[in-house]
Amino acid sequence: MEKVGIVGVGQTTYERSKEAPVDELVFEAASKALKDAGGDMGHIDNIITVSNDFWDGRTISSMAIQDAAGSWGKDISTVEGDGTFGTFYGMMRILSGSFDTTLVVSHMKGSEGIMNLITNAMFDPIYQRSLGIDATSSAALQARLYMKMSGATEEDFARVSVKNHKNAKNNPLAQLAMDITVADVLKSKKIAEPLKLLDCSPISDGAAAVVLANEKGAKRFKNSPVWVKGVAHCSDAYSLGYRDLSRAPALAEASGRAFKMAGIKNPLKDLDVAEVYDAYSYMEPMWYEGMGLAKEGGGKDLIRSGATEMGGELPVNPSGGVLSAHPVLVAGMARLIEAVLQVRGEAEKRQVKGAKTALAHGINGPCGQAHCVFIVGS
Amino acid sequence: MGKKVAIVGFGQTYQRSSRRDVNGVELINEAVTAALADADITIKDIDAVVIGNMDHFEGINYVDMWSVEGAGAVMKPIIKVTTGGTTGMTVAMSAYYHVASGMFDRVLAIGWEKNSESDTTGAIITAFHPVWERPNLGGAIAGLAVEASKYMDNYGVTERDGARVAVRERLHALNNPYAHLHQEWMKGMEVDKLVELLVTSEQNQMLAYPLRMSDMCPRTDGAAAVVFASEGVAEKTASKLAWVAATANRHDFVFLGDIDWDFNQTMGDAAKKVFAKAGIKDPLKEIDLCELYLPYSYGGLKWMENMGFCGPGEGPRLLWDKITDMDGELPVNPSGGVMSSNPIGATALLRVGEAAWQIMRKSGPRQVQKNVNYALATGFGGCSWADVMLLSSKKPA
Amino acid sequence: MTEQKQEKELLAISSGDAAQPFRWSVGKHGSKFLAELRDNKKLFGVKCPKCGRVYVPPRMVCGRCWAQMDEFVPVKDTGEIVVCTIVQFSFVDPNTGIQRPVPYGYAFVKLDGADTAIPHFLDSTDPDKVKVGARVKAVFEEKRTGSLMDIKHFAVL
Repeated sequence: MEKVGIVGVGQTTYERSKEAPVDELVFEAASKALKDAGGDMGHIDNIITVSNDFWDGRTISSMAIQDAAGSWGKDISTVEGDGTFGTFYGMMRILSGSFDTTLVVSHMKGSEGIMNLITNAMFDPIYQRSLGIDATSSAALQARLYMKMSGATEEDFARVSVKNHKNAKNNPLAQLAMDITVADVLKSKKIAEPLKLLDCSPISDGAAAVVLANEKGAKRFKNSPVWVKGVAHCSDAYSLGYRDLSRAPALAEASGRAFKMAGIKNPLKDLDVAEVYDAYSYMEPMWYEGMGLAKEGGGKDLIRSGATEMGGELPVNPSGGVLSAHPVLVAGMARLIEAVLQVRGEAEKRQVKGAKTALAHGINGPCGQAHCVFIVGS
Repeated sequence: MGKKVAIVGFGQTYQRSSRRDVNGVELINEAVTAALADADITIKDIDAVVIGNMDHFEGINYVDMWSVEGAGAVMKPIIKVTTGGTTGMTVAMSAYYHVASGMFDRVLAIGWEKNSESDTTGAIITAFHPVWERPNLGGAIAGLAVEASKYMDNYGVTERDGARVAVRERLHALNNPYAHLHQEWMKGMEVDKLVELLVTSEQNQMLAYPLRMSDMCPRTDGAAAVVFASEGVAEKTASKLAWVAATANRHDFVFLGDIDWDFNQTMGDAAKKVFAKAGIKDPLKEIDLCELYLPYSYGGLKWMENMGFCGPGEGPRLLWDKITDMDGELPVNPSGGVMSSNPIGATALLRVGEAAWQIMRKSGPRQVQKNVNYALATGFGGCSWADVMLLSSKKPA
Repeated sequence: MTEQKQEKELLAISSGDAAQPFRWSVGKHGSKFLAELRDNKKLFGVKCPKCGRVYVPPRMVCGRCWAQMDEFVPVKDTGEIVVCTIVQFSFVDPNTGIQRPVPYGYAFVKLDGADTAIPHFLDSTDPDKVKVGARVKAVFEEKRTGSLMDIKHFAVL
């Protein structure tokens, strides 16, 4: 397969509420990504935007940002899902032979709508929606089942929150950088048992962009690409009642394919750093198991041993992860950008020394129904 | 380099004003089942799925996730793409790129809508900027009415010309058992007589000058699915293939107020790009058939000009000279087009599927007599956005 | 919330009055425009530093040039009809939830000094007056709140 790499990355800061409208956020992220790549909009062959009509409160939400994304006179399309899925599509458009470069942008203004209503609308209107279920209450069901299956405890989940909020102190873009203790998490406000406030990611505003290029397209830019070594995505069933919520078979499938492409046999050893989609604290150990970093039920042991802390065997979420900023749709792309920065050795205070191979992970749908996994390397 | 891509199967539901007998997922499944049967494959043969619709018509968030059981995407890669009216073509283009990338051999493209579940005009208005255009927009109809009135003003085009497009689409639809609007009363009547009736009948309500009820597309419940396959795999899957010769789109505009109403620039630019890629120099001569996203009658005049099928103001001539009728030089919309069925998220994908079937000679009563080597399919929507795909009976060089 | 309607044994679930409230940011360009409209009945566009086009309503990016725009220029409250129609069909107005009264004149108006048009209502439904190229003038609301509807409609001159 032809090589595709990420040659430029850009992110806004992530905040609880930004005054700029979505087009200005997209313009900022796209400008930063092009500057980072060492090029300009004239070097971009085609564009993918990532947006969602419910989160934007607008039909054809991508209409708001076509100009800011540089659409004029270019092929452009819109993915409604996490930014990792949008990036995957942007990459396929290069592999098709039609384009040498793709700009992918994503944006979120969680502050403008009401999260509970928006995520309630992803549930089936006939049988489930009227119960008031939303992203958080469904996650609580999953957390409880996962605890039963794995033996993980609320303390284990609290350790994830402590680790990631501490890591966020090294990330100037993060929204929630905090020194907290396990006790702080355990006594934080109850949201939906067993989840407390500090187990939950915040509502966030922000935007991100990546510039993709094949070997030919990369020559247009001053910067050198970080190559995509493997990528795959997969969706589980929809109805929560059809799924084994305590396991993540779709993640196992997606990561398995991505590892195979990248020639990774033992992910815990072969990866140098991972950025995973920890929308809620319990998800992180669950995703470890889905990705084969730990055996079934063994995610908690990686947390307890400190293996995934900075300086551990495989640091996970040096950026602070999604718990420290959760611009929905952008968050997976932010993970990918962090992975790229790590491989470049440009992650500053959050740099994992000598990182050569990194994993980035995005999710879609309730309780991590679909997963997209990227492996990037030098 | 990428792989060549062919369409190997197409399926659709019967397009109807309301499908209360099925929910959305079941409606999707009908189209998927039909497309798989048409390609003579099973869901196991599908490597990835692309789906699209417009969220606010049904009020389902994360439709890709919600649909998986009906779409056949459980434990498969699925993404949702959505771009308003062009969604169906956006889905087709995405499936094309999936296959052309070499990452997937067979990809299922799905478009659907249950417009009966909400107020279509209200949902369309929310597409426009909440601060600048939404407070006083008149929905899609008023947006198209202003374009039509300007076009009439520019070239002396009349309401009779618009009605002639409507008559063509409705007569063609009588040959399409899947079409939503079957205006049986038109059967066997003279074209001139029908045109006269449409512009004079008081029953034909004026919606927004010059658009009457008969100039508009309906709101439809329906779904469509198309199977795309890579070279090597496609030839083994089906004996009749429709190859993707070229595709392009343009979504330049954000505000309706920025549009040059004299010329459909995005449609013109996207078509020009597609023709350049495929080496088409004289579209009227070289293209054999069109399935165009014409949501209203005057699009069948003005946009033909803008795509380069004829010069400015010559749209009516193509029409009255019967060039775009079933047995003309360039049959347009043998299916009856968007004015006869409009399940919005599926509408442009229906154009692709119908165009492919004409090349494959599978169109039954609506099959054109002439040989179809090149068939053009378009999508229109957004803020005057255009998505275009050219299909060919021959594998592109 | 779950009102059930029966129709030939086929049921439907209604969303009832469920609404999704939003609070959209206008941004600094738009905020200036709306504040000037509200406080001074003055209208402004923003000019592209590259192509020189004046955009109304103002926004930050010129799509054609992909350039940031920051230069505000005054535009007049008079202008010209670019395209128009008379809307005669009623539909549920998503802003109010009620049927919009018809008929009404409807046009895209290019204000003098601007290169782009804004959609608005007209004071006339007379086909002889509502014409491409007709001159119009903004009629402002007495009580203005900081919205495009602070222009009540455009009067056809």
